[in-house]
Amino acid sequence: MKRTGRFSWFYFSSPQSFYPLAGALQPWFAGLAVILCAIGLYISFFVAPTDAQQGESYRIIFIHVPAAWMSMFLYLVMGFWSGVGLVLNTRLSSMVATALAPTGAMFTFVALWTGALWGKPTWGTWWVWDARLTSELILLFLYIGFMALQAAIDDQRRADKAGAVLALVGVINIPIIYFSVKWWSTLHQGASVSMTSAPTMAKTMLLGMLIMALGFWMYSIAATLARVRCVILERERQTEWVAAEIGGQA
Amino acid sequence: MNWGSWQNFFAMGGYGLYVWGSYAVTLIALIAEIVALITRRRGVIERLAKYYAARRRNHETEA
Amino acid sequence: MIRALGWVLRRDLLLAFRRRGDVVNALVFFVIVVSLFPLGVGPEASQLRNMAPGVLWVAALLACMLSLARLFAPDHQDGTLEQMLLAGEPLVVLVLGKVISHWLMSGLPLVLMAPLLGLQFDLPADALAVLCVSLLIGTPVLSLIGAVGAALTLGVRGSGVLVSLLVLPLYVPVLIFGAGSVVAVAAGTGPEAHLLLLGGFLALALVLAPWATAAALRIAME
Repeated sequence: MKRTGRFSWFYFSSPQSFYPLAGALQPWFAGLAVILCAIGLYISFFVAPTDAQQGESYRIIFIHVPAAWMSMFLYLVMGFWSGVGLVLNTRLSSMVATALAPTGAMFTFVALWTGALWGKPTWGTWWVWDARLTSELILLFLYIGFMALQAAIDDQRRADKAGAVLALVGVINIPIIYFSVKWWSTLHQGASVSMTSAPTMAKTMLLGMLIMALGFWMYSIAATLARVRCVILERERQTEWVAAEIGGQA
Repeated sequence: MNWGSWQNFFAMGGYGLYVWGSYAVTLIALIAEIVALITRRRGVIERLAKYYAARRRNHETEA
Repeated sequence: MIRALGWVLRRDLLLAFRRRGDVVNALVFFVIVVSLFPLGVGPEASQLRNMAPGVLWVAALLACMLSLARLFAPDHQDGTLEQMLLAGEPLVVLVLGKVISHWLMSGLPLVLMAPLLGLQFDLPADALAVLCVSLLIGTPVLSLIGAVGAALTLGVRGSGVLVSLLVLPLYVPVLIFGAGSVVAVAAGTGPEAHLLLLGGFLALALVLAPWATAAALRIAME
């Protein structure tokens, strides 16, 4: 629906126009991801000093916290686009939501893994039932539930909408779940064992975390753009333009 | 941050297993996702190419 | 609207009474699961007393979840659900009626059964009372949230396990504060805060869940 002579953002809301845009943008985001992660890794290994209490093991924070941030952020974005697809009945929004889920689940897994590996030297056990890790575990279940529900429903539009309802219910529940788990963990552990408690975090540490988070964000965008292109091809296979596209590729 | 030597860098003050275990698994996860995406795209294009070829053959035999 | 609610309630209760087996099965499941835990961890009284709130609450969760299968599926199969969607009454009201009857048939029996099972775990009387109250407030929330999951997976293959996957993470806050209230009694800190929070969850669920369930039903049936 392009108004003659004037640019409209809604132009890109059709899979056909978004597909080439995604293809064009994706390498840029991938490049940004590589650069930002390289800078972040340099800071985390060669600039940030040794921590007084935790020694070198704290360096896991440069992966753990950005991954946890991304896992939560991607869920919110997924919920947002799901909701847009549900309310406005746009196919592309739902496709983007579906494309976001695996990357979000991957970061949730990374957050859990690095959390466990951080917990072992710091608190002696492979699993620490602190608020953040437990909430991350439940978030992983929410992601898996979303993907399982969409995979189980054969009718595409129903899968999109049902996934949207589930994602939105999840978005409302995440603060409740986090609050509940936080309360539960402080009660049972007494002394605060917060994995992110670093009140006197050196500026370099914070900078490293932020840059890694940005790098992960760029990576997520690049991965999602690539995945949504696959989803578009799969779903729009009955259209002429996909046939032409494949004919050009094969 | 001056490590002094490569050995110190890899040992990470005794926490080498945990730090490198974290970074390694993260790298593996990222690479696995990228590989999965590439494989998925190739698979989609292959499948769709076959689908279109079959559809063309159908149309030709019908026409 | 109230008449529609009453009608749905009466119909569901009548149907449930005709198939008492389904209802009793969930209750028996609750009892068996709770009895398995001492067999697994040993009969030492203090350990059981510590475990009891969590065990009883988790078993209640699982029993409630199992009974979700008969919330919408039978009506979907015989076409009643479609009629409900076409009826002039607001779907939210009909959904609420179904959830209430579901709770009466699966949640309320758990509440009544819990004191007996709590005795198996050597819970003191005040803890038993709080356990019942927490289940009384909490099981409706479980039914309400479960209804959303049941509606989303209506007619989907493998829906039994899928519903558990979707609904159990959402049950976590109810579990935490439900079991927590009984633990608080034992610890002497008083269960009021927990029970009030559970009440808050109930209020929130009463407002949001039927609406989400109705939306999910429409999506499933279109």
